[in-house]
Amino acid sequence: MSATVASLAADLAAGKASALELATDALARAQASTLNAFITLDAERTLAEARAADASRAAGKAGPITGIPFAQKDIFCAEGWRTTAGSKMLGDFIAPYDATVVARGKTAGLVTIGRANMDEFAMGSSNENSAFGAVKNPWDTTRVPGGSSGGSAAAVAAGIVPAATGTDTGGSIRQPASFCGITGIKPTYGVVSRYGMIAYASSLDQGGPMARTAQDCALLLNAMAGFDERDATSLQREPEDYTRDLEKPLDGLRVGVPRGWLGDGVSADVRAAVESGLAQLEKLGAKRVEIDLPYSQYAIAAYYVIAPAEASSNLSRYDGVRYGHRAAEYKDLADMYAKSRAEGFGPEVRRRILVGTYVLSAGYYDAYYLKAQQVRRKVAEDFAAAFKVCDVIAGPVAPTVAYKLGEKTADPVQMYLGDVYTTLVNLAGLPALSAPCGFGEGGMPVGLHLVGNYFAEARLLNVAHRLQQVTDHHLKAPGGAA
Amino acid sequence: MSRPNGWEVVIGLETHVQLSTRSKIFSGASTVFGAEPNRQACAVDMALPGVLPVMNAAAVDKAITFGLAIGAHIAPRSIFARKNYFYPDLPKGYQISQFEIPVVQGGTITIQVGEGEKAYAKNVELTRAHLEEDAGKSLHEDFHGMSGIDLNRAGTPLLEIVTEPVMTSSAEAVAYARALHALVMWIGICDGNMQEGSFRCDANVSVRRPGEPLGTRREIKNLNSFRFLQQAIDCEIRWQIEQVEDGHSIQQATVLFDPDSGETRMMRSKEEAHDYRYFPDPDLPPLVIEPARIEQVRATMPELPAAMQARFGADFGLSAYDAAQLTASLGTARYFESVVAAAGAAQAKAAANWVMGEVAARLNREEKSIADSPVSPQQLAGVLARVADSTISNNIARKVFEALWNGEGESADAVIEAQGLKQVTDASAIEPIIDEVLAANPQSVAEFKAGKEKAFNALVGQVMKASRGKASPAQVNELLRKKLGG
Repeated sequence: MSATVASLAADLAAGKASALELATDALARAQASTLNAFITLDAERTLAEARAADASRAAGKAGPITGIPFAQKDIFCAEGWRTTAGSKMLGDFIAPYDATVVARGKTAGLVTIGRANMDEFAMGSSNENSAFGAVKNPWDTTRVPGGSSGGSAAAVAAGIVPAATGTDTGGSIRQPASFCGITGIKPTYGVVSRYGMIAYASSLDQGGPMARTAQDCALLLNAMAGFDERDATSLQREPEDYTRDLEKPLDGLRVGVPRGWLGDGVSADVRAAVESGLAQLEKLGAKRVEIDLPYSQYAIAAYYVIAPAEASSNLSRYDGVRYGHRAAEYKDLADMYAKSRAEGFGPEVRRRILVGTYVLSAGYYDAYYLKAQQVRRKVAEDFAAAFKVCDVIAGPVAPTVAYKLGEKTADPVQMYLGDVYTTLVNLAGLPALSAPCGFGEGGMPVGLHLVGNYFAEARLLNVAHRLQQVTDHHLKAPGGAA
Repeated sequence: MSRPNGWEVVIGLETHVQLSTRSKIFSGASTVFGAEPNRQACAVDMALPGVLPVMNAAAVDKAITFGLAIGAHIAPRSIFARKNYFYPDLPKGYQISQFEIPVVQGGTITIQVGEGEKAYAKNVELTRAHLEEDAGKSLHEDFHGMSGIDLNRAGTPLLEIVTEPVMTSSAEAVAYARALHALVMWIGICDGNMQEGSFRCDANVSVRRPGEPLGTRREIKNLNSFRFLQQAIDCEIRWQIEQVEDGHSIQQATVLFDPDSGETRMMRSKEEAHDYRYFPDPDLPPLVIEPARIEQVRATMPELPAAMQARFGADFGLSAYDAAQLTASLGTARYFESVVAAAGAAQAKAAANWVMGEVAARLNREEKSIADSPVSPQQLAGVLARVADSTISNNIARKVFEALWNGEGESADAVIEAQGLKQVTDASAIEPIIDEVLAANPQSVAEFKAGKEKAFNALVGQVMKASRGKASPAQVNELLRKKLGG
């Protein structure tokens, strides 16, 4: 198996490895990889960060994950790094400042191996919407890695890096984690600062870690999470140690399974893998209870109103005036806007801007945006009721395993429907993770979706960690795909 | 002007008041005017990818202050919304403003319109006042076929203050704008600098026949002087009446006033109006204002002009006109109060005359604000005291004031002493002077005796002059009459 954050951290602490060695090796793997998991590699910067990590260790200032190599999703602004968000619009954009997640990673001593590929502006479920080309799934390079954090998931699954950052607006951490057989957690909205994280849909976006194990995710989340005065939606809470409950027994844990989530909507192979994961949890002392989330059927519709609405406004700043792509020739100001944006944005981004603009326009706002917000409240109420009878909710992350590259690109609605189990979690702002629970069709990995109540990250990681102690799905690596 | 040719005019004003906070409304960048272009625009103001707005608490306190000053409702929970449109000096492609639920709701400002016998007071009801950010500036000169963008102003905090359509003439609109201008400076939320754009008005104007429903309005944008406000409204009223009388209907539009031609011209029609696609800004939680915070702000507020005017009337017996003059600015009012405190309430009327007269005139001539007056309230009180006890005449008092202004002495007494300005009341000292003047001006004496009263005044003037102003004019009068009559 590939090394984990925990095992590498032990090696670094014991002096068996240096950050420079780990970074050099990871960089070599990244350069040799044909998965297209990275948009930008910058060896000089990577090695400088590694040397800084080693120096900090030599000075006795190392933290628990100092020197760990990782892939940074290309959505977090990092000073001096090209930061593209997967878009031609920002193809030449060198960020002049650090996102809070980036700054916190630096403080923790993480070493950036490269900038992970992603769907353009995080809009997509297959990573096929990247202006820098699709990412291949290391388990089967004819298949998608999922999205939008597809580069992050593929890089971890292929063993290029032990960890990566991701962002999750409607499933963009959990679904690629599921498709690539790794662990990824989307924290409660407001736990990880959004400052410097290029916005897709502000009320839904949340950054989080992706790694091989739940324990590794906990270690990374310790570094990423925390109040940030530069993000007005950041929550002011006492810092938490997300590893604190990892070993807690699961006796008496009430696992809620939403009625219908393991029915006809989900493919048989995924259903079987999820059932086996649930059976494991029961063996560990958990009790399975049925719950109802009646409004969840409207979640995708509400999501695909709210997210494009916010996106249409968030992406207005990409106008070619101050930075980013500007058309070479134009007649006047309106022409400059139109050409720059038509050239700079890919088709899916343009589609969502158009949808978002439409649902916010005079005469349609009440029917779409306002109605979607009402659904959003109802979805949150459903969850609140469910958490009265269960401690965590479990089910599939996606209806199928990773599909073939190009299979769904012609039909965006089919692609959207793949988000059926994930978007409702973002609408409610809850924490949720995906942890490997088996394999399905074509030997492709399947993730178990665990959703917790607000601030239940430590509990979710505990459940996933206990599962990972009695299963080995997360330790399996794709056959020589890196 | 309220009913030109049987027409009724309806005016509502929207005023953008720049709040005098040190940093911007959603970022830490400075708001100081006049820096090199783009030197006061941080990552947030430039709308770099990934940046987020954070509410400036000082701007909220200033909005609360305004709400309290006009007796408005301070919303316990108000919402920031995005107003979406593309423009090069609007970096995010949307302006963060308040739409459905503003922070200040309702309120009233009382205005004094006109002067003299036709003067009247009127209450102007306000609809709302909301917080929002300013845009940057497009610079169309000096760039050879291109435009420059300066984002220093982007993100500057504004309070947009909206009246009900209750004003009926340009005079009322200007009176309201002046009263609002004085108020926002008084309560310390705006520097009032109209040249720098700290106070800008948009006027919504319509006309109708009395008793008819409201006519279609046109909005005149960006009027940054009271004179332009008056001219623009008057010209717009004329134009609208002409149109309707010629059988045309008024189309809703946004217009600009050109001070050079004195005309308004169309900026955009209703068809060209933007669909701003307002929606709540997901980056900013609702603005929650607890009652305790309102009380905290209230405790720091100065006494308001209306209350002060009433007090000046009751305590000092000043006329409404004097009280209004003295409360034109907080600085003037404070100066006046300090003079009275030092000189005693009995000198209030004299103090008022001095502050509105000599002091105001000197300050005006030298373009100084009252805070920079070289003559302190205590020094002025010293002058008043010497007039009151007849040590000096009013004329000499002006000399003493002049000397104090020029720094020729520490106090009125010191100046009077050093320059020998004490009034002479000893008849034996004045009589020889009178004799000299009478001897030197036989023609005036003759004229007076022939019945010309004017000649008498000339003689008094000569005596005063010869005494270098130190003689008491009343005494000179009396002695002179005695001599001429005798």
